[in-house]
Amino acid sequence: METMTQGTAKKKDEREPLEKVSIVISRGSLEGVYPGLIMANGARMEGLDATVFFTFFGLEAVIDDRMDNLKVATVGNPAMHIPTMIGGLPGMSSFATKQMKDKMEELDIPPIREFVEMIHDTGADMYACKATVDMFSLTKDDFCPQVDDIISVGQFYELSAGAQIIFT
Amino acid sequence: MATVELLGKQIELDDEGYLKNTDDWNEDIAREIAREEGIGDLTDRHWAVINLMRKEYLEKGDAPSIRRLTKESGVPTKELYQLFPKGPAKKAARIAGIPKPTGCI
Repeated sequence: METMTQGTAKKKDEREPLEKVSIVISRGSLEGVYPGLIMANGARMEGLDATVFFTFFGLEAVIDDRMDNLKVATVGNPAMHIPTMIGGLPGMSSFATKQMKDKMEELDIPPIREFVEMIHDTGADMYACKATVDMFSLTKDDFCPQVDDIISVGQFYELSAGAQIIFT
Repeated sequence: MATVELLGKQIELDDEGYLKNTDDWNEDIAREIAREEGIGDLTDRHWAVINLMRKEYLEKGDAPSIRRLTKESGVPTKELYQLFPKGPAKKAARIAGIPKPTGCI
């Protein structure tokens, strides 16, 4: 008989493999958007179905005339190790953004627009949140072509049947 | 780890079915693994991807990212996912006789 070594963890071959993920992107800073995109792309690479739902400031990642200009937040993030007063100086956010973009290019992580196109091309579905679209007075024309539709939270849950929902 | 007989040759595979020794690989073995993966006959487009995966691995020690793969092979993302459904990087790596890719992108 095999003994369990870790709590209720099941043996590898007894676990149900993931088949589908729904990823919510709710933040509009560069560091707020990338994790969700990387997870969506990674899901498709593993052969999982993926849906990406952009809500609140996360919509910035798919608004056509904003998505190329997302910035790293240099204030209010202790992990940046920049004192708040200094992080707030003019140009700090642009500087940090440039640093991060250079590093990402080096690691072959595409810029937001290219990444959104790439993930959509892998077969992932992309949706904008209706409540936010209404709140910011946006229309379908404001978004990049990869946004398949503007949907309500209810529709999002329906589309996520059988999926793990990941909020970022 | 397991040893299987592929086309009359003893081939060592790792736990996930990737070739243990890249040198064991040849094009017939690639076709055999592709059949097993449910991909069927390999077209020129499949080979463009497979050959690039192999070349990059042999030169750099790891499979290329999907972005590099699409740029250098000339096979766009959409087509890549049609050629190798359910995980193109992993499947192409297996068929190319190289270890499972370690990158996240």
